[in-house]
Amino acid sequence: MNTLFDKIWDAHVVQNVEDGPTQLYIDRLYCHEVTSPQAFEGMRSRGLQCLRPDHIFCMPDHNTPTHDQDKPIEDPVSKKQVDTLAKNAADFGLAHFGMMNKKNGIIHVVGPERGLSLPGMTIVCGDSHTSTHGAMGAVAFGIGTSEVEMVLASQCILQQKPKSMRININGKLGKGVTAKDVALYLMSKLTTSGATGYFVEYAGDVVKNLTMEGRLTLCNLSIEMGARGGFIAPDETTFAYIKGREYAPKGEDWDKALAYWKTLKSGEDAVFDKELSFDGADIEPMVTYGTNPGMGMGINEHIPSLDTVPESSRVSYIKSLDYMGFAPGDQLLGKKVDYVFLGACTNGRIEDFRAFASIVKGRKKADGLVAWLVPGSWMVDEQIREEGLDKVLEEAGFAIRQPGCSACLAMNDDKIPAGKLSVSTSNRNFEGRQGPGARTVLASPLVAAAAAVTGVITDPRNLI
Amino acid sequence: MKQKFDIITSTCVPLPLENVDTDQIIPARFLKATTRDEKFFGDNLFRDWRYDKDGQPRADFVLNDPTYGGEILVAGKNFGSGSSREHAAWAIAGYGFRVVISSFFADIHKNNELNNFVLPVVVSEDFLAELFASIKADPKMQVRVDVPNQTVTNLATGREERFEINGYKKYCLMNALDDIDFLLENKDKIEAWEERH
Repeated sequence: MNTLFDKIWDAHVVQNVEDGPTQLYIDRLYCHEVTSPQAFEGMRSRGLQCLRPDHIFCMPDHNTPTHDQDKPIEDPVSKKQVDTLAKNAADFGLAHFGMMNKKNGIIHVVGPERGLSLPGMTIVCGDSHTSTHGAMGAVAFGIGTSEVEMVLASQCILQQKPKSMRININGKLGKGVTAKDVALYLMSKLTTSGATGYFVEYAGDVVKNLTMEGRLTLCNLSIEMGARGGFIAPDETTFAYIKGREYAPKGEDWDKALAYWKTLKSGEDAVFDKELSFDGADIEPMVTYGTNPGMGMGINEHIPSLDTVPESSRVSYIKSLDYMGFAPGDQLLGKKVDYVFLGACTNGRIEDFRAFASIVKGRKKADGLVAWLVPGSWMVDEQIREEGLDKVLEEAGFAIRQPGCSACLAMNDDKIPAGKLSVSTSNRNFEGRQGPGARTVLASPLVAAAAAVTGVITDPRNLI
Repeated sequence: MKQKFDIITSTCVPLPLENVDTDQIIPARFLKATTRDEKFFGDNLFRDWRYDKDGQPRADFVLNDPTYGGEILVAGKNFGSGSSREHAAWAIAGYGFRVVISSFFADIHKNNELNNFVLPVVVSEDFLAELFASIKADPKMQVRVDVPNQTVTNLATGREERFEINGYKKYCLMNALDDIDFLLENKDKIEAWEERH
């Protein structure tokens, strides 16, 4: 009780349905092209209009190609889905940032960077990585398409209140250890279902000292532990990030908002349903070796042997390692890498490009390796060029593509071929996630950069 | 598809794998549809486990094994993890499953099933292990899922468990009502909330 989660949730309760869920008011609904068309179709068939169109923002990101965005999308099915979103937004009177609009990008990158996602808000989107916006001090979570339709129609959603969990990460992170590694470490400890049913508040010195980009990465991956969402109480870092952004409050509204945001923290006496603590010093650069994000380990470690796996899980475990072409006891260090993917709502922000550039600077891309560097938005792309990172990357043999979700889930042309091994900064290493038969190792931008210049899995600390 | 739930008695399809994610239930390349065509999604349920790259059925996958069939899918723990895609629930419904039994479901997928009139039934690890054994011993064995009484019964062994579902959602399932019907009836409460904020 008296947690920040309770405060934000309780402030949005329209009613508690008897022996049922809570009817929760939603401040912000984001729609992308993949999980919204059937919701709009449902609205039409019921003859409904959106209750609060000014609370809703739409943009395509999953299908968008990462080249030649000024030309029509070649794949007719992708084109239809992207065009359908534009038409739905127009028909229902909603804001829409289409391809080539300078505000376009991955919805979870754009929301925070444009000042649309703010502390204390409830935010939903038909996308599990909506948890990203929790970094702003918001209660943000992914929903299904039927639920998108609920929000379009009523600006509300019916949800069971999740339990609360606080995860404290204390101390300091070592050299070459990033927010991505913290998240992969937590998943490796909690498994992909360890936080199911919970809403997580991240706290502790490590979290306090993360930049906003790092916090967005950490919160983004909450869903990969099964959590409904994850968030961080807003502080001076948050306020400084938001101030002046396009949709952020201005003038008197800013002062008023800031005064409220400063109250958004868990009480000293807050009681969580579960509380866990970790030491940042125990975390190393991480890699995954299996086919779910919980199958991760420190980059120098060996894949766990079969006898460490519970008997009921062994069939799944063996299936997973067979798919990856790895064996228990293997080390990943030195394994040949075919592809590197930098991007996604997890690691497609300016800081991720800075990190990648810091390793490849003065080095060259490994022969034969294919690298896809995909900014999370046009704003990130612009920053990359302003800071001259594009020159550093180009000199090292890397090209920057156009923004979108890209190879994270391979709904556009950016598919890793079957059997190829990719080191990816994205969020999921599921079978076929990056293309049928593709094998994915999840890692930080530093680990990805180290692989990109050496052609094998390499500890980035040796290159810093 | 909206349909009323009461008592379902059926044979089962066993999928004794853990952490089955929604990318496996329906891969991303099938998410480009702009309509809710359950048959299309059902035809592509577990696509890459069910068919090889040439589109030929893989003989070793359970959906291609004529020994097994029925309206109940029985899966290992943490079913439906990962992506929020409701297409996964549409695929399960489109294939003809009305119930999924597991010892643990991922949150978003569980809601998606309920919103599509597929009932997720959470059982104990023990119950699940015994059920897999019963199906293996006799693929024609049946399970009874009694929604009014919230019980699930392994008819081969007689073992019965109670499962949880909140009263509101149970009422919706038994009467084929969805959440939007409910929310639209409560518009005055939404406006009252906005007045206060």
